[in-house]
Amino acid sequence: MTYFPEEVVEHIFDFLSSHRDRNIVSTVCKAWYRVERLSRRIVFVGNCYAVRPGRVMARFPGMKCLSVKGKPHFADFNLVPHDWGGFALPWIEAAARGCPGLEELRLKRMVVSDESLELLARSFPNFKALVLVSCEGFTTDGLAAIATHCRGLRELDLQENEVEDHGRQWLSCFPDSCTSLESLNFACLKGEVNAGALERLVARCVNLRSLKLNRAISVESLARILARTPHLVELGTGSFTVEHRAEAYQRLIHAFRKCKSLKSLSGFWDVAPRCLQSIYSICPNLTVLNLSYAPAIQGADLVKLIRHCFKLQKLWVLDCIGDKGLAVVASTCQELQELRVFPSDIYGTGTAAVTEEGLVAISSGCSKLNSLLYFCHQMTNAALITVAKNCPHFTRFRLCILDPGKPDPDTNQPLDEGFGAIVRSCKDLRRLSLSGLLTDKVFLYIGEYAARLEMLSIAFAGDSDKGMVYVLNGCKNLRKLEIRDSPFGDAALLVNVGKYETMRSLWMSSCDVTLGGCKALAAKMPRLNVEVINDRDESDEMEENPSDMHKVEKMYVYRTLAGARNDAPEFVEIL
Amino acid sequence: MEDLDNLKATELTLGLPGTDAPEKPSPASTTGANKRANEECCLPVAKKQVVGWPPLRSYRMNSIRIRKMEAEDNTGIYVKVGMDGAPYLRKVDLGVYTGYKELTEALNDMFKCFSLGGAEGHEESGYAITYEDKDGDWMLVGDVPWEMFISSCKRMRIMKGSEARGLSSST
Repeated sequence: MTYFPEEVVEHIFDFLSSHRDRNIVSTVCKAWYRVERLSRRIVFVGNCYAVRPGRVMARFPGMKCLSVKGKPHFADFNLVPHDWGGFALPWIEAAARGCPGLEELRLKRMVVSDESLELLARSFPNFKALVLVSCEGFTTDGLAAIATHCRGLRELDLQENEVEDHGRQWLSCFPDSCTSLESLNFACLKGEVNAGALERLVARCVNLRSLKLNRAISVESLARILARTPHLVELGTGSFTVEHRAEAYQRLIHAFRKCKSLKSLSGFWDVAPRCLQSIYSICPNLTVLNLSYAPAIQGADLVKLIRHCFKLQKLWVLDCIGDKGLAVVASTCQELQELRVFPSDIYGTGTAAVTEEGLVAISSGCSKLNSLLYFCHQMTNAALITVAKNCPHFTRFRLCILDPGKPDPDTNQPLDEGFGAIVRSCKDLRRLSLSGLLTDKVFLYIGEYAARLEMLSIAFAGDSDKGMVYVLNGCKNLRKLEIRDSPFGDAALLVNVGKYETMRSLWMSSCDVTLGGCKALAAKMPRLNVEVINDRDESDEMEENPSDMHKVEKMYVYRTLAGARNDAPEFVEIL
Repeated sequence: MEDLDNLKATELTLGLPGTDAPEKPSPASTTGANKRANEECCLPVAKKQVVGWPPLRSYRMNSIRIRKMEAEDNTGIYVKVGMDGAPYLRKVDLGVYTGYKELTEALNDMFKCFSLGGAEGHEESGYAITYEDKDGDWMLVGDVPWEMFISSCKRMRIMKGSEARGLSSST
C-alpha cells in the first residue's frame, strides 16, 4: 500500500462518506492516517466532552463542516440540571484559531451564548451554514450578529431552541446585498420580525428553497411571501388564523397554487379546520407533513386533508387523529416511511386518542415504514407482534405508553413478548425506546436479537440487574444507553466495564447504582468520565462526605480522551 | 377565605369522575405576560406527576401547556338539563365532553338517583335525550355531528316513559 501515491489514496477516500469508515481507514497505518486527516472535510463530534476542541482542529486542519453534540439526550426531558454544561464557546474559539476556513457549524443540545455567535459571525469569512438544534443561551442579539456579518450565508436553521427575544430587529440586519440564502428557519422564535424586511429578503434571495416562519407571521404576510417565492420546496407557515372568506385567505390559496415545487409543510399554529382547504392543491405533491403543532385540527378534518396526500413519506401528527384517522393514513399513504404521533393531552383528563389499533392499521398499510415515534395510552403484545410481522424494516422504533409500567390491557401481561417480536423481526433496528410493563425478559430478547442496535432508552422497566447485564453483554453495536427509574444497580454497572469504552455514553437516573459503585467504575476505567450529578435541592442537605452506600440520583458515564472537564458546575462530581 | 373553602366542599362539580377541575388564576388576567407567569402555579395536577414524563421536548410541552391555558380561559358551554319527574334541573358544560358517549354517561350518572325504577328496570331503554335547538325545535340528541350539536344546543330534556316509546336514544 505504501507504493500508492498519496493523491490516489486521497481520491479513494473521497468516496467514503461515513465518519465511521473514515475513522477506520485512518487506523490502518500512519500514511493513511495522515492522508485521511488532511483530506477530511466533515467532522462529527458526538460528545463535546470526549475530545478537546483544539485537538480536533489540529488533527483536521482542512475541516469545512463541524457537528458537535452537547448534553445527554435525557436533557430534552428536563432530567439534566440547567447549568450542567455543553458550552459552544470553546469550540468556536478553537475553530476560529485552527480552522478559519470553516463553512458549516451544526450544534445540538449545547449552550450557545450571544458572545459565541458574535465570535462566529466575525471569524469565518467563508461561513455558509449555521444549524442549531435544541440549543439555548442566546438571544436575538446573537442572531443579529450572524445576519450582519456572515456575508454569503446560505443556511440559518434554528430548530426548537430556547431563544430569548430582545426585540431587536435581527432579521432586518441582513444587508440589502444578501442574496445567498437558500434555507431560513426561525420557527422557534417567539418574537416578531419586521414583515416588510422579511418579504424583501425572501424576494431577493432567488435560491431560497426552504423557509420556516414563526407564529408571529400573519397569513397576510405569508400570502405576500409566497407570491415572491414560488420555487419553495419546504414551507413552515406562521400563524394560520384567518377568516376563510377574507381576501387574504383567497390570495393565499392563489399563492399556494403557484407553488408547484412545495414538498414539505409544517407550522399551522392556530389553524382553523376550514382553512386547511387552502392547501388541498399542494397535498398531492407533499412528501413531508408536520401538523404536530395544530391541535385545533381534529380527526375528521385531518382525515379529509390526508386523503389528498398519497405521496407522503414523513408524517408528524397529534394523537387527535385517532385510530380511525390512522387507518385512513394507512390506506392513503403507501409511501410512508416515518410516522410520529405526539400526545395532545398529557394531563390525562381526556379520552384515549390512539391505541394499539391505530398502530396495527398503519403497519398493515404502510409496508415501507422504517421510523416510528408513537405516544399512546395502551399497547398489547398481540398488536406489537402483528406490527413486527408487517413492518420488518424498522430502523427506529420508539413507543411511549403514557402510563409508566402499564401492562397489556387484554392479558394483563408485561410487553416483553411484543417488544421481543420487534427486535427479532427488525434486523436493522438501530434505535429502540421501550415503555409499558416490562420484566428482565425483554432485555434477554434485546441482548440476543438486537445485533445492530445502537441506542436504547429504558424507563420504568426490568426486575433486576440481570436485565441490564443482558443488554451490556449482548448488543455489540450499542453506542448509547439511557436508563431511568429501573432497578439496576452496581452489580450490573460493573459486570462489563470494558463495554463502556466501546460506547459513546451511559446515563442512569433514579436507579439503584450507589456512589461506591460509581467510584469503583471510575477507578477501573481511567478513560471514562464518571459524572455524578446531584439534584440542586438535595445538595444543600447532603452531608460533606456521603457514604458509598448512598444511591446516586443521576450518573452520566462517557469515554473521553480529554480527562475530567474543567467547566463542571458545583453539583457535578467527576470521579 | 375559609367560607369559600367550605362552599367548595359542597359544590356540585360537573367534570367526569376522576378528573381534577383545573384551578383558574384568581384575578382573571387576560394579558399574555400574566398568562405565562401563572403557567407554573395553575397547572392541573396530573394523576401521576413524574419528572420528565412523558418524554417530550420542553419546547413541545410548553406548547401543550400554553394551549391548555388558552383553552381554559374560554368559558364553558353551560346548558340546562331537565328530566321528567326530577324536582330540579341540572346544568352541564358541553365543552368538557368530546362526544355523545361521554355526555350520555355523564347524564346517566347525574340523573340515576331519579330513575323511576318501575316498569322495565332497564338502564338504557325507556328514555330519550332531547334538546332544544336555535330554532326552538325539540330534537333527538345524536343525529348531527358533535360540533354542530354543541353549537346549536340551547337546553336539554330527558324524556321518560310513554313519551319516549319508539324514541329511545342509542349511544
